[in-house]
Amino acid sequence: MEVLFWWTIFPYICGTILIVATFYRFVYRGKSWTAPSTEIFEKKWLRVASVVFHYGIIFAFVGHVMGVLIPIEVYNALGVEDEVYHFFAIAGGGVAGLMVVIGLILMLIRKFLFPRVRVHTTGGAYFTIIWLLLVAGLGTYMTLIYNTTVGEYEYRLSIAPWFRSLFTFQPKSELMLGVPRLFKVHVICSFILFAAIPFTKLVHMFSFPLRYPVRAPQQFRSRNGYNKNNR
Amino acid sequence: MRIKAQVAMVMHLDKCIGCHTCSVTCKNVWTNRPGTEYVWFNNVETRPGVGYPREWENTDRYKGGWVLRNGKLHLRAGGPLSKLANIFYNPNMADLNEFYEPWTYDFQHLHKRDKGESIPVARPRSMITGNFIDKPEWGPNWDDDLAGGSESVPNDPNVRKLQEHVKTEYEKTFMMYLPRICEHCLNPSCVASCPSGALYKRDEDGIVLVDQDACRGWRFCTNGCPYHKVYYNWNTHKAEKCNFCYPRTEAGLPTICSETCVGRIRYIGVVLYDADKVKAAASVEDPKDLYESQLSVFLDPFDPEIIEKAQEQGINSSWIQSAQESPVYKMAIKWKIALPLHPEYRTLPMVWYVPPLSPIMNHITNEQELSAEGYIPAVDQMRIPMEYLASLLTADDTTVIRKVLLKMAAMRVYMRSKTVGGVDAQKMTKLMDEASTTGEELEEMARLLAVAKYNERFVIPTGRREMNDDLYYKQGTCSIEDLAPPEGMTTYPFERSEHA
Repeated sequence: MEVLFWWTIFPYICGTILIVATFYRFVYRGKSWTAPSTEIFEKKWLRVASVVFHYGIIFAFVGHVMGVLIPIEVYNALGVEDEVYHFFAIAGGGVAGLMVVIGLILMLIRKFLFPRVRVHTTGGAYFTIIWLLLVAGLGTYMTLIYNTTVGEYEYRLSIAPWFRSLFTFQPKSELMLGVPRLFKVHVICSFILFAAIPFTKLVHMFSFPLRYPVRAPQQFRSRNGYNKNNR
Repeated sequence: MRIKAQVAMVMHLDKCIGCHTCSVTCKNVWTNRPGTEYVWFNNVETRPGVGYPREWENTDRYKGGWVLRNGKLHLRAGGPLSKLANIFYNPNMADLNEFYEPWTYDFQHLHKRDKGESIPVARPRSMITGNFIDKPEWGPNWDDDLAGGSESVPNDPNVRKLQEHVKTEYEKTFMMYLPRICEHCLNPSCVASCPSGALYKRDEDGIVLVDQDACRGWRFCTNGCPYHKVYYNWNTHKAEKCNFCYPRTEAGLPTICSETCVGRIRYIGVVLYDADKVKAAASVEDPKDLYESQLSVFLDPFDPEIIEKAQEQGINSSWIQSAQESPVYKMAIKWKIALPLHPEYRTLPMVWYVPPLSPIMNHITNEQELSAEGYIPAVDQMRIPMEYLASLLTADDTTVIRKVLLKMAAMRVYMRSKTVGGVDAQKMTKLMDEASTTGEELEEMARLLAVAKYNERFVIPTGRREMNDDLYYKQGTCSIEDLAPPEGMTTYPFERSEHA
């Protein structure tokens, strides 16, 4: 049952919601697609909270690519020993995780502290922050506390190959059975977060303007071209 | 040569009475919605003063516009890579306090309060938080007519520059109004600041717009514009700005601010310019040369060669004719009495200002007895207003301001000599020589500045619909996109039933 639902069906439900709903929102609800900044209401707290959180989550994302998407065989082939890998994973992941958690907590306090921000915070925004806090909090706890007290868990042999197998539609769900409960909860919460992305302000991460440095500084468009240049 | 047409505006500051009708009509048309309560696409500032938002000219703080480094133009706030690195927090963006916290009044209380001893009052209530504001401390036009001058005026970035050597003379106070809209620049720094490419300059009329579908709310445009004329709508989380009332100008009508201007200070017309020259014109070394270099990008709409090339490049004859009759071309380029606001920002702004003579004339007693040449020292002696105007309009070059003011003074004397008489012809000639102008030019100027009718003040060709590639397909669509189906009505319901 656990294997069938949580590690086979559930990830695909979340992935489907993520893809379909993101596509739908981009196409049919395009005007809601923004990075809904509240910087105009409050700057001082945001300066710390937003920068710490965003850089933290970028580091965390890179860390997950290194730990989950890149197979352990690559590390073995490169001659990176497990101890070395885990040392850097715990140190780097710990810093990134703490940055995310601290940034999120500051964001949450900021929302309560400043009436201008509080009034303009929607339920969706609270859900986003609190759920991210849950996922990131679990991840940081696993990295910093579990790994150093209970023992370094080698997720590169269980969670990582399972996650990669989802993309080939040949899920190796039984790999997840032996995983510690804490890690399982983190994975499930993350998938709920993935499914929630298109319904929250998190969509702005898909619009990171990578093309900006290479485009011409001045933009001309003819009136007739209005609908041809939408992004 | 890439010829482009630009719809531009001139404001004759001498005629501005500071009534804010332009701001109010603009507000009622464009920004009376949640999220834009604090936004004024058009505002009128009393100068000297801090303006709106406070100290918008303080480029050290907001980092708007362009700077020249090693002969190359760079955004003062940083280029694309530094913007991407700072995308999570924009350190230079103004917050709401720099504009003001918009409020309404609790009018219901006047109706609902029980009978009592005291007279009920309607308390101010924030339109951001809904909380009562016990004591509003800043608001739109808080420093109108130099109100709170001793606190507000010294913070004017233009005054700060002067203070060192004219502080004491400042006792001879002066005042002027500065109505402001988006400058619809030829080299807009807001467009270059937008990471998403949502801001763009329209090919056919040069109006700078924000594509609401493409805007992602990164907010670099708001302070990237040195005039601080792009605003963040906190409700839609997108940028909005003055759109030169394009649904009106496309129909050949003036913008709503111009249409309703009580003093008739505004003029709208088309100018032709060479888009290939813009970058070089914005990159001249000395800021004082920017005014002349800006003038150099414009093309003579009477030159047969230019006309031919413009037509080749798709500018139709109604636009070329409008460029020939353009009041903006006359004032800004032909007579050179209209000047760009803060040319030192290197954006090549397209709203021009005829500097006001009134701050100077107010100090002349017995003007009737002043001889014609007496205006020359009168203009020269008014150092403070002249340096202040130079700081606003010519990158501190007082010689340009002096020339314009002398020309305006010459026009005044010349027209008096024509209608009232009693002006020594020789002295008049000396004044005209000093202002390097002629009688015919002054008469033409007086006509446009004082008596010009609606059709002379606003020479606006209608939108070039023939450039649409499928007009039949677009019939039934509204120029304000998204209010009507963008693809237009292609079949009528009865047609559908007939076909079925």
